[in-house]
Amino acid sequence: MIRIHAVTRRFGEVTALDGVSLEIEEGEFFALLGPSGCGKTTLLRVLAGFETPDSGTVTLDGQDLLGVPAHRRPVNLMFQSYALFPHMNVEKNIAYGLAREGLARAEIGERVAAVLATVGLTAHARRRPHQLSGGQRQRVALARAIVKRPRVLLLDEPLSALDKQVRAEMQLELKRLQHQVGITFLVVTHDQEEAMSLADRIAVLDRGRVQQVDTPVELYRHPRGRFVAGFVGANNVFSGRLLPSGGLDVPGVGVLPAPAGKAAGLVGVRPESIRLAAQGADAHLHGTVLDISYFGGSSRIAVTVPGLDRPVLLTVPGPATVTSGARVALSWDPESAVLIETTGDTP
Amino acid sequence: MARRGKAAGRPHVRARIVLLGPGLSYLAVLLLLPLALLIGYTVFRRGRFGGIAYEDGSTGENFARLTDPLYAGVLTDSLRIAAVTTLLALLLGYPTAYAISRLPGRWRTVALVLVVLPFWTNFLIRTYAWIVLLSTHGVVNSALTGIGVIDRPLKLLYTEPAVVLGLLYAYLPLMVLPLYSAIERVDPQLLEASADLGARPARTFWSVTLPHTLPGVLTGCVFVFVPSLGNFVVPELLGGGRTVMVGNLIRDQFLTARDWPFGSVLALALMAFLVLLLMAQAWAGRRLGGR
Ligand SMILES: Nc1ncnc2c1ncn2[C@@H]1O[C@H](COP(=O)(O)OP(=O)(O)OP(=O)(O)O)[C@@H](O)[C@H]1O
Ligand SMILES: [Mg+2]
Repeated sequence: MIRIHAVTRRFGEVTALDGVSLEIEEGEFFALLGPSGCGKTTLLRVLAGFETPDSGTVTLDGQDLLGVPAHRRPVNLMFQSYALFPHMNVEKNIAYGLAREGLARAEIGERVAAVLATVGLTAHARRRPHQLSGGQRQRVALARAIVKRPRVLLLDEPLSALDKQVRAEMQLELKRLQHQVGITFLVVTHDQEEAMSLADRIAVLDRGRVQQVDTPVELYRHPRGRFVAGFVGANNVFSGRLLPSGGLDVPGVGVLPAPAGKAAGLVGVRPESIRLAAQGADAHLHGTVLDISYFGGSSRIAVTVPGLDRPVLLTVPGPATVTSGARVALSWDPESAVLIETTGDTP
Repeated sequence: MARRGKAAGRPHVRARIVLLGPGLSYLAVLLLLPLALLIGYTVFRRGRFGGIAYEDGSTGENFARLTDPLYAGVLTDSLRIAAVTTLLALLLGYPTAYAISRLPGRWRTVALVLVVLPFWTNFLIRTYAWIVLLSTHGVVNSALTGIGVIDRPLKLLYTEPAVVLGLLYAYLPLMVLPLYSAIERVDPQLLEASADLGARPARTFWSVTLPHTLPGVLTGCVFVFVPSLGNFVVPELLGGGRTVMVGNLIRDQFLTARDWPFGSVLALALMAFLVLLLMAQAWAGRRLGGR
């Protein structure tokens, strides 16, 4: 439905988008995931019509989109900074886009009331934006975009300012909206859990380039490149030489459990696959506990290992049984280690 | 709470006095003192040989003269001329300021310098230049007869439109500058949001840009209206003897008629009116600001 082809956008020295190509299907919930400054907002602005790419094409249903002025695109953008009209109250902000479609006043009223109920702001309809909290403003911005029911909704970090509970509610709401109205969603987030739980497909961006486009499960299981592996699921990434008999020979550390292979390679191991082992035969890595964070259901332990430049992260159920500074041994099954494809240019 | 406010407030008060001091003393000497003198004069009447003389009931008499149709007429004429000038300045100034704000960075500075450039020439000389342009055998009439648009020269100079033109020319920059700064401050993302929601550029201007620049419109209007109302050079030079504005009237009372008490009353009346106007502007500005 939307086809983005080789779109490049430079700002002076910075290349915000570097040959980005993506195809987004009708009715799909598509997430853009990437670190700050990787070009997510810029891409949405290109689609909304506020940024003209230096090169590349964008089509919607096969029709060129770049030549269409912003106000005629069947696309709505929820701005990262909300961009609410400060001189209008919540209701008027939301009604603004509907009034532009020339709808009858009664219908506008109904739709505004319905969306206000959806985002839980019915009681705040008459307030001005500056009289709202950050999270409430974000919900107004979301309401203002979704009330238009466009072909494509572009949401720039739509839920980032909401607390956990409201966020979960709004996530469900977005999903429901997608099924009910059949809108195509393109959502920017830097929260990978959110991307994983909401999206049909995810594109991971880094420094203006698409690193990988896949379903959440594929992305999780078979990350391509060190960047994606490290970014998705906070993977531990080890670099070394794969052995034909199985295992990864990491210089200065030893042989770590890994599938068989016969070349230099990268191996990713998820924190939840690593366990604390008894010292001795079973152990593959030895190190010192650097830091422990307790998350209620589980604990995350960071272990510094001599020879590795980054601490190894592991997750254990319940409170940790070790303390900071303790010597520990680590181990995992070879099957739980994934080979990371490095066909791209990121070694 | 109150105690803390007081303790925290003390250094602030001192800083304020230091910062406000020079400006306040300047104003006190050059504004309050003359003002006190003006008020003082109103209790006198004109002396037989110039100067002032005291006589019971002079005050009431001085103020009563304000309602004399002759003077009241001058007041309404002045208000009309200043209002028309302000309106024209707004209609001309808004598009100008808008266009400047849309220029690329460097050209914006150039345009702003051009807007204030006339201020670098003496005001009298610039106004005299209009006489050269508008007189019966002036540049405009010569040009129009030359290309055959008119047979006989038009009467341009010494008319009310000539006065309006002169005032407009003099004070247009005072409209453009506040408008420019207001337009430039409008968050571009709001304009984008409006377009995104389906508003055409004209609608975006009407619903977003204009409401956000109303305080600037108000400021510009006051900046043009106030000096236009009090100006006496332009009506004198371009209005000839026909159009007299309050400014001329006041000046004539002091310098020609030598009636200082009535001149003072006129000056005070004008000032009172302008104070009311500024209060209205401040009130409206706060309402428009929305916060
Ligand atoms: N108008 C602009 N002028 C100059 N540089 C810009 C402009 N807009 C974006 N950039 C640069 O382009 C890069 C990508 O910016 P973008 O806003 O798309 O990042 P992002 O992925 O949305 O980041 P975040 O998650 O922090 O919002 C950044 O390096 C940014 O500094
Ligand atoms: Mg962004």
